Amino acid sequence: MRLFGSDLACFRGGRQVFAGLSFTVAAGEALVVLGPNGVGKSSLLRLLAGLVPRSGGTLGLEGGDPELTIGEQAHYLGHQDALKPSLTVAENLAFWSDFLGRREDTPAALAAVGLDGIAQLPAGYLSAGQRRRLSLARLVAIQRPIWLLDEPTTALDTAAQARLAGFMEQHLAGGGLIVAAAHGPIGLEAARELRLGEPP
Amino acid sequence: MSPFAALFVRDFRLAIRVGGGALIGVLFFLIVVTLIPFAMGPDLALLARVGPAILWIGALLASLLTLDRLLAIDHEDGSLDLILTARVALELTVAVKGVAHWLTTGLPLVIATPLLGLLLNLEPAATGAVALTLLVGTPALTFIGLIGAAITVALRRGGLLVAVLVLPLTIPVLIFGVAASNAAIVGPVRFGTPFSILCGLALMSIVVGTFAAAAALRHAME
Repeated sequence: MRLFGSDLACFRGGRQVFAGLSFTVAAGEALVVLGPNGVGKSSLLRLLAGLVPRSGGTLGLEGGDPELTIGEQAHYLGHQDALKPSLTVAENLAFWSDFLGRREDTPAALAAVGLDGIAQLPAGYLSAGQRRRLSLARLVAIQRPIWLLDEPTTALDTAAQARLAGFMEQHLAGGGLIVAAAHGPIGLEAARELRLGEPP
Repeated sequence: MSPFAALFVRDFRLAIRVGGGALIGVLFFLIVVTLIPFAMGPDLALLARVGPAILWIGALLASLLTLDRLLAIDHEDGSLDLILTARVALELTVAVKGVAHWLTTGLPLVIATPLLGLLLNLEPAATGAVALTLLVGTPALTFIGLIGAAITVALRRGGLLVAVLVLPLTIPVLIFGVAASNAAIVGPVRFGTPFSILCGLALMSIVVGTFAAAAALRHAME
């Protein structure tokens, strides 16, 4: 499987966010998108997920399911956690695993992010880091080959960051690919870097 | 559970739990309809004559009350992004959300109608006719409202805009809903004639509302 974009351009609200952007990520590889604020890291991830229209260039996926769009084969982890405060931790995760894929082993996924002790607590009582971990449980519970992570380490403590790195290593070892936007290291040794907003 | 069953269960739970909109709509309906006799005075004949119209206006306003949050809240917390990456048709997703919304906010209005009919001095048969027209008409209101909710999804505080956009579109439903109720009470037209048109409007609204709301959502995300 190989995800590639060439000469990608993105316009938002009549303003050019980026243009002439090219990259390739193959199965088992991670690409970390770096750059100052406002340079278009989040827009690039949203563009890959199909949530923002592409203004130019080509974007393709080799070796994926031809029936599905790239977004439908990807996990998009954005800034918002997509959690409902009045549903419990377990209900939030069960809903997304039912809606985005088949119901997988959600208790195991909760245990993997260390939230199994508070599965029956309404998500409204969670701290920012716990909410983030619950979002990550979605990635563990449902198998999708592409992970699009927008600053995945935000609000996570050191132990949770190590867990996240473990999930990512496991995902890459299983033939998945990762595109992550970040401001610093995300815990992956072998990640390649794509710098936005700098002269080539 | 299938994706749509899961979505239905989620929306149903959200509506009936703390902070959900299930009770708000029906309480608003009760208040509005209860206030009108106080404003109009104790003229029983007048109340009985305008009763169906009052119930319909109350139901119309109550069904719009919680609709603006239906899609906007999913947009704000990022759920809509994930919904768009699901392997299901957005039209069906929107339809399931509409059905769940109607069951939690539209159906309680229908159930509350017999109680309010007493307050408005409606005969039992007339109350039954109004409840029947509301049973058919409230799904139409929900699905027409979905279009407005989808168009204003990316706007902060789009609630009032939803009402302004949607209320004119509900006029045909209102006309035939009240006409069918009055036909059952005073005639001279047979109940079936306006009621059939109301049923037709409801079916049309469900189809058009679903596709229009999905198209508006796709556009709003861009």
